[in-house]
Amino acid sequence: MDTIGVQDFLIVSVLLFSVGFLGVVLRRNLLLVLMSLELMLNAVNVALVAFSRHSANMDGSLFVFFIMTVAAAEVSVGLALLVALYKKRQSVFSEHLTMLKN
Amino acid sequence: MILSRNPVTAAMFMILSLVGVASLFVLLEAFFLAVLQVLVYAGAVMVLFLFIIMLMDVGPDSGKGAKLSKKRILSGFIALLGVGLLTVLTLEYSGVATVATDSADHWQDVTEETSAAGANIVFSKSVKSFGYGLFTKYMLPLQVAGFLLLAAMVGVIVLSKKTDDVDAHNKADGPSPGTTNPQSEEA
Repeated sequence: MDTIGVQDFLIVSVLLFSVGFLGVVLRRNLLLVLMSLELMLNAVNVALVAFSRHSANMDGSLFVFFIMTVAAAEVSVGLALLVALYKKRQSVFSEHLTMLKN
Repeated sequence: MILSRNPVTAAMFMILSLVGVASLFVLLEAFFLAVLQVLVYAGAVMVLFLFIIMLMDVGPDSGKGAKLSKKRILSGFIALLGVGLLTVLTLEYSGVATVATDSADHWQDVTEETSAAGANIVFSKSVKSFGYGLFTKYMLPLQVAGFLLLAAMVGVIVLSKKTDDVDAHNKADGPSPGTTNPQSEEA
């Protein structure tokens, strides 16, 4: 194969999404969980731009812009929550968050 | 990235992968999105992450909780199963999308021929068509995104202000949302 088709970008996107998903499931540090969420959003962005290029339609690329906006907002709010949590519990590990347990 | 125990190392690998995604955008001729990716993610978001990581001074997550419990192994196995299913499905159905990638004749630079607001905007590499689509067809989502950013900014300011002193909310309930950047407010 001499040209890079849309399926190659899809494979990269699936790999990035898999790494992000495994990071969300397996990590205990909530900072790394947030970073893995960002990685999953990036994988979706790659797939969206690839399909937008493939179908010669601008809508996917415009949607990537909104995904970036939502991701930036989510990261800022999530990190603020983590800072508040760290001030309260002195930990960012997910197994220490047992405030709702009893 | 998810295998490194040190969060700073993980953040460095994250920056590397974000720049790689930006290069993929360049390869897809979405130059504006590549610039935006480097500016927003590798610039702002990862600086914020590294700032918080170094502020909290979290060490590598080793210790007594670092060994894998049975529940975590099970969840990792289910996650691997889902990932494998996703990969197999993508490889299975990516054959149907190989047809039109080499017909490059419908990728020409058409920016202004679609004038109606509801029409499809043809993909082009210029920033002009990007802004055109953003301000005609996607006007309402653009406003909603701006309002979302405003709400996130106010929320971050309230969150980082309220935890300074515990009894602040019973004497002054309304924290004034200033015009400061939420990223500088979290410190």
